[in-house]
Amino acid sequence: MTMLHTVNKSPFERRTLDSCLGHASKGSAILLLEDGIYGALKGTVVADKIKDATADHPIYVLGPDVRARGMSEDQVIEGVSVVDYEGFVDLVTSHDNVQSWL
Amino acid sequence: MKLGILVNEGPYQHQASDTAYQFTKAALAKGHEIFRVFFYNDGVNNGTRLSVPPQDDRNITQQWSQLAEEHKLDLVVCIAAAQRRGILDENEAKRHGKDSSNLAPGFRISGLGQLIEAGIQADRLVVFGD
Repeated sequence: MTMLHTVNKSPFERRTLDSCLGHASKGSAILLLEDGIYGALKGTVVADKIKDATADHPIYVLGPDVRARGMSEDQVIEGVSVVDYEGFVDLVTSHDNVQSWL
Repeated sequence: MKLGILVNEGPYQHQASDTAYQFTKAALAKGHEIFRVFFYNDGVNNGTRLSVPPQDDRNITQQWSQLAEEHKLDLVVCIAAAQRRGILDENEAKRHGKDSSNLAPGFRISGLGQLIEAGIQADRLVVFGD
């Protein structure tokens, strides 16, 4: 059983990214969207944690939300894949369950 | 695939309703079926036709209404959450002696059972919220 986890708040605002990483079983996917995209950017205090997590989870970030915040895809941590809304839909349908960490 | 959508946040707060809308549009474009969009808690505020956002901003309620019309979507607003927040259709307005109703076209008011049914009938239930 594979699960998709979504995190929509910045790790500098709430602890949902930590909760997600603490509960997600190995191999389950994580999508960062809305303000959650700040967790996917290089050079922050959480960047190393996310980079380490890519060893256990495929991690995705929603590209339109990255660009909406004036960030570019070059700033996204290596190993984190950028998807659009179509890719978001594919992630939902290709996993058995979706857990939104709100 | 059959998808259910749950929106728990009102319009113009963070981004939940916008994301849910973009996701729903993308899913429809890919040929998936949207079994139902259920608006719960502050999410019921997406269903008022009386909101007047600035002209250069998106009109979230109108976007949902249009998408519902184009794709015959079932947009359901939770009745208990709606009554608390002053979201009423004509019947509810009459029943409670109010002078007007404000439910937007394409939306309907119903109970929480509709959310449970969406959870059972849809292959995936995707939650958007605060």
